[in-house]
Amino acid sequence: MISIIQVYGVMLLKSMGNTLLLCVLSLLFAMVIGLIIALFNVGKNRVLNFIGTLFVDAVRGVPLIVLAYFVYFGVPQAAKMLNVSGFRLSALTAGIIALSMNCGAYMAEIIRAGIESVDKGQMEASRSLGLSYGKSMRLIIIPQAIRTMIPSIINQFIITLKDTSILSVIGFPELVNTAKNVAGNTFMNLQVWAIVGIMYMVVIITLSKVAKRVERRLKRGQQ
Amino acid sequence: MDSSKKKVQVKNLKKNFGKLEVLKDISIDISEGEVVVLLGPSGSGKSTFLRCVNQLETVTAGSIIVDGIDVTDKHTDINKVRENIGMVFQHFNLFPHMTVLKNITLAPVELKKLTQEQAQKKGMELLARVGLADKADTYPNQLSGGQKQRVAIARALAMNPDIMLFDEPTSALDPEMVGEVLEVMRELALGGMTMAVVTHEIGFAREVANRIVFMDGGYIVEQGTPEEILKNPKQARTIDFLNKVL
Repeated sequence: MISIIQVYGVMLLKSMGNTLLLCVLSLLFAMVIGLIIALFNVGKNRVLNFIGTLFVDAVRGVPLIVLAYFVYFGVPQAAKMLNVSGFRLSALTAGIIALSMNCGAYMAEIIRAGIESVDKGQMEASRSLGLSYGKSMRLIIIPQAIRTMIPSIINQFIITLKDTSILSVIGFPELVNTAKNVAGNTFMNLQVWAIVGIMYMVVIITLSKVAKRVERRLKRGQQ
Repeated sequence: MDSSKKKVQVKNLKKNFGKLEVLKDISIDISEGEVVVLLGPSGSGKSTFLRCVNQLETVTAGSIIVDGIDVTDKHTDINKVRENIGMVFQHFNLFPHMTVLKNITLAPVELKKLTQEQAQKKGMELLARVGLADKADTYPNQLSGGQKQRVAIARALAMNPDIMLFDEPTSALDPEMVGEVLEVMRELALGGMTMAVVTHEIGFAREVANRIVFMDGGYIVEQGTPEEILKNPKQARTIDFLNKVL
């Protein structure tokens, strides 16, 4: 075990960095996608409702691994068929697209539920003062919705962090992909996967501890 | 003040929720400075009527003209009209994530009616007026029901409305807190505010209202001065209702 850490430690840490990069970028895009789709779904516009529902149903209805294959292998092929020359998709880009779509769909549902959990009277009071729908959402509804959404969002963050491992299948050198190579080279499966497991655990437990603290602070600020 | 000037003109208002007809045919005018109290059994459409006036409910048919503007017209900028119509709700609907003062200053500042400083000054004046100047920096969940409702009234007044709508403002309050809210409303009425009030407080209606409108089953059954309606009701349904509540 010590020897693996000595020889492959830096490599594994670097790929953990790749995992985190993939995760953080995907989460950022997922938040934006989630907010937009959630706003599509809570509004009264039928066309936007339809688009929002379609997106959530489609993305949630497909396993992430299929979505990843589709984006990484399928989309460039489509580009070729349409004679778009020079279209290239790196494993990182494809991974971020697939993961942000996947996470975005779940995020949309979390945000929608959060918005709907705010008492209807809040929107009515805000509108009765003459504030527009958009301003009411931004100033009154969303700030209150965030409070109830935080535990679910943290949960989704953790799921997305772990889901980055699925993207090893398209060859992006994140932690699992690298570990596979290390295990293949050394035949020390027990040690390698134990180390990788612990690495994930450390990051995730740290993340949830930080999140708990943020959650507590937000609650305090509102009392 | 020209007492004959019409602030609100409602003609043949109908409102359906799906197949349920809540308002069947309502026509009523409210003059400037008039205090109209709407009485009636629950489900008679009083609250729905009030919510139609500022378009929290869209109407099924008929017209509502507020200060010469048809609020049911799709081309009307309803946000602009609402700036002139304050509303007070049964469940207060204060913004829980903001201090009392911020609740009051939010709308005038956001809608560029006042600067931050002007709004705070005005907010403090309004809080003093409802007897809560010392609560400016607290959050709504630290207030009693009666205090919350007084803040809600101050919040509505911060926009300098011409008309105030009260939707059962004391129904969610403990009995000992009803008086303090009615007192604020009474002062507002004395100050000449045009008011439409849905309430079950007959005493308030008797003392403060210029006119009582009795509604039942989606229609206005009877209306008149408090004297006429409370002492000499003519319609059987009004008599029946008053027998139950008095």
